[in-house]
Amino acid sequence: MNKNNQSLFNKSAAWKFASAAAAVVLLIMLKELGILSTSTLLIFQYIGIYAIVVLGINMVNGYLGVFSLAHAGFMAVGAYTAAVCTKFFFSVEWMFPVAIVAGGLVAMLLGILVAIPSFKTRGDYLAIITLGFTLIVQSVLQNMEFVGASKGLNNIPRHTNIYWVMGCLLFAIFVVSRFIHSKYGRSLKAIRQDQVASMLVSVDVRLNKSIAFALSAFLIGIAGALIGHLLGYTSPSAYGFTNIVDGLVMVYLGGMGSITGSIFGAAVWQVLVQLLKGLGTWRWVVGGGLLCIIMVFRPKGLFGYIELSDLLKKIQAKMKSGKLKKGGNKDE
Amino acid sequence: MNENKRIGEPILRADNLHVSYGKIAALKGVSFEVHKGEVVAILGANGAGKTTTLNALTGVLPIKSGSVQFQGKSLVNVPTNRITAMGVVHVPEGRHIFPDLTVEENLRVAAYLYESKNKPLLQERKEQVFDLFPRLKERIHQPGGTLSGGEQQMLAIGRALVTGSELLLLDEPSMGIAPKLVAEIFQTITKIAKNGQTIMLVEQNAVMAMKIAHYCYVLETGCVTYEGTSEYIQANERIAQAYLG
Repeated sequence: MNKNNQSLFNKSAAWKFASAAAAVVLLIMLKELGILSTSTLLIFQYIGIYAIVVLGINMVNGYLGVFSLAHAGFMAVGAYTAAVCTKFFFSVEWMFPVAIVAGGLVAMLLGILVAIPSFKTRGDYLAIITLGFTLIVQSVLQNMEFVGASKGLNNIPRHTNIYWVMGCLLFAIFVVSRFIHSKYGRSLKAIRQDQVASMLVSVDVRLNKSIAFALSAFLIGIAGALIGHLLGYTSPSAYGFTNIVDGLVMVYLGGMGSITGSIFGAAVWQVLVQLLKGLGTWRWVVGGGLLCIIMVFRPKGLFGYIELSDLLKKIQAKMKSGKLKKGGNKDE
Repeated sequence: MNENKRIGEPILRADNLHVSYGKIAALKGVSFEVHKGEVVAILGANGAGKTTTLNALTGVLPIKSGSVQFQGKSLVNVPTNRITAMGVVHVPEGRHIFPDLTVEENLRVAAYLYESKNKPLLQERKEQVFDLFPRLKERIHQPGGTLSGGEQQMLAIGRALVTGSELLLLDEPSMGIAPKLVAEIFQTITKIAKNGQTIMLVEQNAVMAMKIAHYCYVLETGCVTYEGTSEYIQANERIAQAYLG
């Protein structure tokens, strides 16, 4: 029984990864054939980067199920660390991965620090503490002359391209899908449902929360490193409230605790942002409004705690029993 | 007032435990012992401090003063998951199974400490649980939240057995469960005890508890008022009147 399940778990993790890899290969083939315009390619890069961010946020807000607002802070730390690396230390292009990893690691250290208050606090209080963290990061950056203070860093080498973005995204999908099917991922689900009961069956809640926060921060830090090197500049103002809301909209749009949902949320929102560019500041009304509508009608997001593979399995099962009604397969 | 016919060596000794919720004292100097191989019952009315006692033992509630020794090691101020790892496994009141995880996953989470190192042990313990509770095996892929109250209680006990316990703490296993299943669960507890498992049982259903317990402590508003073997407690008319009504 156990062995059966084990292989099933791995199979679904492998399936997710393989389908994501296939999509990326297709995308890159299209690029090489010159079918995609530069602006379309840019949107795909945004989607890829924000999909990594959303996977990171989902680690804590979805799988662990606590409400954290630290992601803007992690992203800022990743972006700045990597930018400082490439600007001042490793300016050669082949050293770019070092900068990416450095951005991830520094964010990860802060992630472990942010995990500590989550041991005792839950709900609103953790949201306030993590919001405080993001604001601290922002104001520290605003006051550090070394990184350009409120003007930020300019002339960051534009190393980011579609290959780096998709490579990092595949890495993120791989890590997250491996993690959630591991013992730690299962423990995370248990902690989300009942923290005391988890401790009573010997689960080390502190360790698991720290790992979740560390992994989340690492992924978001990587995404920060990529965005800085995509835009060529980074400034503290980019990592404030709008960034927090952006992240939340994508997570809740796509779905809590779902890899499929993370990518879906990032894709839909980034495309929407491009379409709504003409609206200027008014796009925040659309963003906020969308968040409200999702919260009312689908509080766990479109793919809340389900994956595309689960849906396909459901459809398959329904087809087998001959009860498939047209369009009725999206209901839970 | 006590009749001290006990078996085995003491493995747990609590001395003068004080626990309070804010300013309200819930335990006012409770002392007791659990011996190896025994089933010890803690009896008492609502609010007497039975659940508080178990919660204090496993660190769910902080101990204000007093000492707890388990196999010679202090349990005071030790984090809950460490106490569990030492072998004091607590099945909480209200079961607290993981509703969205399947029966199988519920059991696997409980193997947190050894799952990756010792797969055969997990397999062995799971089979042991399914032997004790065949109903769980029938529902192995069902989410925990879809089980009936009695089945959830079985799952909660099974989960504790998978974790591996030297001392099993059971909090109100009969609460909110169909009478037919209560009998079944108590039969199983007896079976587990016969296999040599040391058990500390908290129960409001005193008649049921005394049937399987070797030794009982009667709690009243945070103090131990009587203790003795089940026969002694049952035979003592004063206790029966005061407590069993």
